[in-house]
Amino acid sequence: MAGNVWIVAEHWRGTASDATRELLAVGRGLADSLGVRLEAVLLGHGMRGLAASLGPADAVLYVDHPTLADATGLVASRAVAALASERAPAVILLPTTNVSWDLLGLLPARLGVPLVNFCREVEVVDGALRVGSLLYGGKMAVTVDAGPGPVVLAILPGTGTAPAPGAPEPHVEDVAVDLADDSGVRLVAYEEPEAGDVDITQQDALVAVGRGISSEANLEVAEDLADALGGAVCGSRPVIDQGWLPLVRQVGKSGLTVKPRLYIAAGVSGAPEHVEGMKDSELIIAVNTDAGAPIFSIAHYGIVDDATDVLEALAEAVRKRKG
Amino acid sequence: MKILVLMKMVPDIVEELEVAGDGSSLDPEYLRFIVNERDDYALEQSLLLKDRLGATVTVVALEAPEIDDVLHTALAKGADRAIRVSGVDVMAGTRAKAAALAATLPGVPGVLPADLVLSGCQAIDDLDGFVGPLLSSAIGLPYLGLVSRIKVDPAAGTAVVAKEYAGGVMGRFEVTLPAFLGVQGCEKPPRYVPIAKVRAAIAAGGIEAVPAASGPAVTPLAVGAMAKPVAAGHAEMLEGSVRDVAERLADVLAARGLI
Amino acid sequence: MATATLPETPDLTLDGLLATPQGHALLSCIQCGTCAGTCPHGDVMRYTPRRLIGMLREGFIEEVLASSDLLSCVTCYDCWDKCPRGLHLTDVLLPVVKEQVLLRLPQVPSELQGALSNTMRYGNPMGESPRKRAAWADSAAVPVPILRDLGRPVDVLWIVECYAAYYPRGQDNARATARVLAALGVDFAILGTEEKCAGECARLVGEKGLFDTLREQNMATLGKYEFASLLTSDPHAFDAFAFLYPSLGLTQPVQHTTPFVAARLDALRPRMTRELGYRVTYHDSCVLGRHNHMHDEPRRILEAIPGVSLVEMAHNRDNTLCCGGGGGGMWLDTFYKEKGHGRLSDRRVEEAAATGADVLAVSCPYEVPRFEDSLKVLGYDDRIVVRDVMELVAEALDG
Repeated sequence: MAGNVWIVAEHWRGTASDATRELLAVGRGLADSLGVRLEAVLLGHGMRGLAASLGPADAVLYVDHPTLADATGLVASRAVAALASERAPAVILLPTTNVSWDLLGLLPARLGVPLVNFCREVEVVDGALRVGSLLYGGKMAVTVDAGPGPVVLAILPGTGTAPAPGAPEPHVEDVAVDLADDSGVRLVAYEEPEAGDVDITQQDALVAVGRGISSEANLEVAEDLADALGGAVCGSRPVIDQGWLPLVRQVGKSGLTVKPRLYIAAGVSGAPEHVEGMKDSELIIAVNTDAGAPIFSIAHYGIVDDATDVLEALAEAVRKRKG
Repeated sequence: MKILVLMKMVPDIVEELEVAGDGSSLDPEYLRFIVNERDDYALEQSLLLKDRLGATVTVVALEAPEIDDVLHTALAKGADRAIRVSGVDVMAGTRAKAAALAATLPGVPGVLPADLVLSGCQAIDDLDGFVGPLLSSAIGLPYLGLVSRIKVDPAAGTAVVAKEYAGGVMGRFEVTLPAFLGVQGCEKPPRYVPIAKVRAAIAAGGIEAVPAASGPAVTPLAVGAMAKPVAAGHAEMLEGSVRDVAERLADVLAARGLI
Repeated sequence: MATATLPETPDLTLDGLLATPQGHALLSCIQCGTCAGTCPHGDVMRYTPRRLIGMLREGFIEEVLASSDLLSCVTCYDCWDKCPRGLHLTDVLLPVVKEQVLLRLPQVPSELQGALSNTMRYGNPMGESPRKRAAWADSAAVPVPILRDLGRPVDVLWIVECYAAYYPRGQDNARATARVLAALGVDFAILGTEEKCAGECARLVGEKGLFDTLREQNMATLGKYEFASLLTSDPHAFDAFAFLYPSLGLTQPVQHTTPFVAARLDALRPRMTRELGYRVTYHDSCVLGRHNHMHDEPRRILEAIPGVSLVEMAHNRDNTLCCGGGGGGMWLDTFYKEKGHGRLSDRRVEEAAATGADVLAVSCPYEVPRFEDSLKVLGYDDRIVVRDVMELVAEALDG
């Protein structure tokens, strides 16, 4: 394999994402296996200061342009593609986050190279990339022989362990790219979610409801348990889509990341987009009627039964203990 | 105003997925397909725009098992045209599917140009790409994904949309039409249509069948092996009556000082 | 280029409905209001049958059809039973009106929408895989033959139905029924994963199209096999098979498990050797009881069980109180709550508690979860349990 390993550093509203640290870890490992350099592409306007935190990379390719402030996927993919056409990296790593989602789709399209999505492990075998990905909502694992590249890899959160701090500051190269934005797609403003009465990221105990809760009427049972535990109710995407809970209660990719002491997942299947938002919870208890639900592989305790029945009984048991 | 909606079928994970004998693909025996949920939201969004602005809605899908039900349902819900493109395998990668659509759509009268193209911005089988970014790049339309609210001003030729970030934060974008929007959600869940209306749509026929035009070949990803994921760990499973289980959980919580 | 067209779905017009004999009879409604008075939701519904017919006659029906009010009708057959003119309310008028309501509803309540979509796609309202429909039989104490595997004609094709197949408490009933059938030496089999919902409750909430589709699919499945009679645990399925499937060619006799077993009590008696020691009150279901008037059969069974004494609730037989699950009610609890309807199952459970019984016996699968919920909510769950009649029989069986 010729060509370096690239990551596209993600930042949003002035802060570097956790995902970027994971990408650097994965990228560093890959670059070392291949005997090539790890380079971080950093796009922005007035964001050069972030480059210092991209230590595991050998170099940062920094592109500064007004259109890269709150860059759309269109502008970002143009910038990265322009660089890539010149410098021919073998592999470009991107995170599967909302912020990078459009770039993830547009970059391989623009470059005319394959994407391998949902990656949770990457290794080098005989000089070629072998990627392990999760498909079908986490129900199947596939191995993809991605060849010598060039290829774009979409890395699932939790794939790389963040490297220890203290890496030396990388060399920063300022790169100019011609980036007139004539796409007709313009960010007007960010809209904060309506302030809810509850900040689920601050709760010690969360009762999460998913599709398996079956009906809005059953939310009551979850609220009762949350009340008994001194916590709050949150939900996975389907419950928010139905309008049973407001957006501020959503856990997962488009929602919030939570790390409570107790997370009870009721009727939640455990698809990757939800799991990424709660996997670091201290104690995870999952209830689902599907014994094969992916949630059981990350939960500490699991019950195959009707979510509503179990929540109800647990509320009673908890109240009895508390006296 | 003309809206084009692209829909596709994906494996239905309500059914237990099994690996085929070749060790690298899904066992077709119990494999069933269901419409990509985000595409359903895209259709709903298009119908809301039709309700409000009198737009025409054309739905295009590649041939797949049970796709006719999806197309007839779309017609019953109010779509004006339904087109089924044949000749691409349902298990083909997303890149191949997008390439087939890119090659075929320009040749179907009245489909392109459209003012707005909508499709779900993600699917559970998108291993090698996403339809929206691939197809929009091929047909020369700007793309914005993770959109969950769309308001169109036909006179101004613009749309104002909400794009999802994290933590419930939305970005309000102004998009000059024509454009391709990748739909994540909608202001309301997909509407229900009584089966009698779907049956009437089936009786009326109305799905146009079009063969896929050939375009540049797409090399599929080399999938070496497929297997059920081996989890690093697994939950300790608690069995017994709901009451017993609740007591054991209460024990666990008490032991950890959580209650 | 072909354009899609949709034929107009027939609108309910006065002429259209009145063209049918039952519809024409509606003109003879004397507006006495007995229907409204007996309706379990009559105090919270705007358009009780009396008003509905009055508005139909006066040409204001569109107002009814444009409202979600009729979703509160739980098709309990009380108005049909009590109407002094014998008008065909629950069986004819209400499903036709509800079909038009469903067509006009801008938003179908999400749980109901889910149940209907799931039934269409997976053959059950829960949205469970059809492949798991016979899983309950794996832990039955007796063999439960699958007709496709049996490879021969069978005496009794037993339609288990959705709640008994998929819900844990329903599965208890299914396993109990299997034991009873085995004890009676019945030559039976089930369809297993080929079975699909009979769709009667979908029809009663206005989804005639869904019912028709399921009926066609079920008739095609039934047509593959030879069986002498059809048996079902589900009263709603019983109504469908007994009254609506013959027009599509079902010729075999249809029975519900309760009268089936009641007719075989002599054979069963010697096998019921365990003394249960229960004070039992029996809840007549709307469909088996009030619609089909099968009140004596379950009581004869219960009285034949050793150590069971029967006590009656204040409303019994044709006056039974609906559990609230029919006509789509099973999937409209959120909707009813939002409208401020009191829970019908709570009313019934209060009556059961007042009898001092320790067992509330039922013969319809909806009643088990609904009454168990109410027992918990009202705090009676430490002294009353809900059991299907078949569960009680099985409990009394030797071996």
